[in-house]
Amino acid sequence: MKNRPVNEMKITLPSLPENEAVARGCVSRFVSCADPTVTELADIRCAVSEAVTNCVVHAYKNAPGPVYINARLYENGRFTVQICDRGCGIPDVALAMTPLYTTDREGERSGMGFAIMQTFSDGLKVSSRVGGGTRVFMEKYLKRQP
Amino acid sequence: MKDLQFYEKDGELTAALYGELDHCLSADVRVRIDEKVRQLCPRCLVLDLSDITFMDSSGLGLIMGRYTLCGRAGIAFRLRGADERINRMLGLAGLGGVIKIEENGKGGSGR
Repeated sequence: MKNRPVNEMKITLPSLPENEAVARGCVSRFVSCADPTVTELADIRCAVSEAVTNCVVHAYKNAPGPVYINARLYENGRFTVQICDRGCGIPDVALAMTPLYTTDREGERSGMGFAIMQTFSDGLKVSSRVGGGTRVFMEKYLKRQP
Repeated sequence: MKDLQFYEKDGELTAALYGELDHCLSADVRVRIDEKVRQLCPRCLVLDLSDITFMDSSGLGLIMGRYTLCGRAGIAFRLRGADERINRMLGLAGLGGVIKIEENGKGGSGR
């Protein structure tokens, strides 16, 4: 059903704050190959930034750990990106995804990360295991320009 | 690299932000803005986002935090240069129409 990707990128970055910009920059450059609209590109940049920031702020609280990013482009304009970590995991994914919910009031997190990923993608799946890590999967259908 | 600049006029403190307002930049400028506010005790704080080229939920956190702090301190708070995208994010957080926004912005958080 799902064909093989026409292009694929895999990168692994340590969860350092400066790598939030690196990650969204790399993914953004990768998606550019498929000639997205400016808005689509901005949506993807923002969604990726949210997922990677979660790894930096929440998954690896004490010491940086690896963030695995796998981005794929398919022939029909479908774009997918998976962002995984092996950090602390989320005990209650549904609760964590509630808009404005945050475990880090002091850090002034807005609690809007997942809500933004949801809004700026065409599909978001989050799975997590406490002590095992979190996997965020997003997809977006790029409208082909005439 | 310039990431934050202050202007003050008649008790109105403007904090103009530059670059990509993500977790990295938010955490850094937040401390500097709050310190300036404490020093000057302005009657109004304006966050100018006209020269922001990217913003995510961390920027939203910065805005929400300053809005709350100003509210507590009796300081008026406004945003300048919020583009459509930033407005959309404010709306998602339920802040559309809550935070005062000046309409003359040229900003672009990614467009």
